[in-house]
Amino acid sequence: MAAPLLIGAGAGFSGDRVDAAGPVVRTLAARRMPACLIYETLAERTLALAQLARRTDPEAGYEPLLPDMLAPVLGDCLRHGIRIVSNFGAANPPAAARRIVALARELGLRVPRIAIVRGDDLSSPAHRAMLREAIGPRLDEIEVASANAYIGAEPIAAALAAGAEIVVAGRVADPSLAVGPAMAHHGWRADDWTQLGRATMAGHLLECGAQVTGGYFADPGMKDVPGVHEPGFPIAQVAEDGSCEVFKADHTGGCVTLRTVKEQLLYEVHDPAAYLTPDVIADIAEAEVSQVAPDRVRVDSVRGHARPDRLKVNVCFEDGWLAEGEISYAGRGAEARARLAGDIVRRRLAGVLDVRIDLIGCVSVFADDAGRMRERVEPGDARDVRMRAAARHADRRVAERLAREVTALYTCGPAGGGGVRTSVRARLDTLSCFVPREAVPTSFEMAA
Amino acid sequence: MSASTHAVPLYRLAHGRTGDKGNRSNISVIAYRPEDFALLVAQVTESRVAEAFAHRQPSRVKRYVLPKLHAMNFVIDDVLDGGVNGSLNLDSHGKALAFLLLDMTIEVPTTEEK
Repeated sequence: MAAPLLIGAGAGFSGDRVDAAGPVVRTLAARRMPACLIYETLAERTLALAQLARRTDPEAGYEPLLPDMLAPVLGDCLRHGIRIVSNFGAANPPAAARRIVALARELGLRVPRIAIVRGDDLSSPAHRAMLREAIGPRLDEIEVASANAYIGAEPIAAALAAGAEIVVAGRVADPSLAVGPAMAHHGWRADDWTQLGRATMAGHLLECGAQVTGGYFADPGMKDVPGVHEPGFPIAQVAEDGSCEVFKADHTGGCVTLRTVKEQLLYEVHDPAAYLTPDVIADIAEAEVSQVAPDRVRVDSVRGHARPDRLKVNVCFEDGWLAEGEISYAGRGAEARARLAGDIVRRRLAGVLDVRIDLIGCVSVFADDAGRMRERVEPGDARDVRMRAAARHADRRVAERLAREVTALYTCGPAGGGGVRTSVRARLDTLSCFVPREAVPTSFEMAA
Repeated sequence: MSASTHAVPLYRLAHGRTGDKGNRSNISVIAYRPEDFALLVAQVTESRVAEAFAHRQPSRVKRYVLPKLHAMNFVIDDVLDGGVNGSLNLDSHGKALAFLLLDMTIEVPTTEEK
């Protein structure tokens, strides 16, 4: 099959804009080419929260915004043969599939053929021994919330080849959402490393949505973005040899330039010659980018090498409590009063909690938990400063003491403190390990 | 540096973006102009980046050079106080950190700047 495939991005993370997919789908339909739409909505923490949600409600545990994301485009996708692939199944792909069926009925549409992908979820007791071997005795000390292998494109490609119009997965590697449709469309084999490597980088450019079209980019005066309030989401045109051109939805803001593409090409990449996924080791050491038209960039010279023998597994577990409290000071002496407030909280909790202090407006997100940078920065005379205290503890009641100490600053702290906000939240932590690929069989099944 | 150079902030010459995986950060440094790339490779070294992040006590800084993209990729290990789930930082991903790196100063030949 020689015709290229268009792959549009509908979301780049859980919580992305639900109005982004509309212009993408209209653009795909107008091009009258083979096309699909992907939604990437899973992060480490998202999946653990989904797993916890499913424990309390067997019909929960998939992307909560799923109906909001799909409703604006489902009819057009079905009408124009635009297939949808996503990891929005999270911890519960079967329930997500049932929700899509219900949504189609609510919208007066025919019920689409939906496939669910299986194999990533390793949280059942049957997988305990394998995880114990990979992680070691640390596993015995934790209460596992979720355990998922990053699986690849093969079950997605197989589901599409079998006629699925929508593929609902859980923890597949982000770029595999694009590699699967490209594999199915172009008929690549699982060891066509060059093509898979190239399609992987196409998926990598798409997987964070607007991050390649002017999102996470604007820097006034240095890097200005037209229509920055409504960046169009990206579309990749993937050719039979895997090479791609990235552009964006028609009639939208944002931009696709050498700069936006270079930044996203290297985003979350470590060794550029070895970007590891379940499908392939992609290699961008010699990659080149060229602006072939306004808002259209071509990526060349990406290579691919044989895929890793092992799959990455993330194990999430609940790990105590995070307490935070903030209070603001403004006007003459604000910085000195905010620093004093931080000192008071630390003294009050000495020996109870290791407290991080931020002086928002002076020194905060660049700084470190131990306070080395804050101590190095000379006290100045900032006039609008928010003191933030944060600490963690295994025992909720101990963590709550931080929130109470910050609240008490209203009457017991420095002059003029206002706007206290506090929160105490359960913390989730993650362990990563690797397991043999053969130990994680994957499959798909038609749910509707 | 010799008298014929002057210092400019790196952000005038390059842009970049931070990504994170666990307790590891990667920061790209991309020359705005291809002709500045050699200067950046000479001066934005692993040791200078380690210095910029000294307060975070990274265990390792590794630089990858991508001449065809006029870019470098810095991989900085154990720089996130535990990472997205472990750090007490408001910005537990370290999304802002590219701008700390881009605050570094670069010595630029004075004549070439004119």
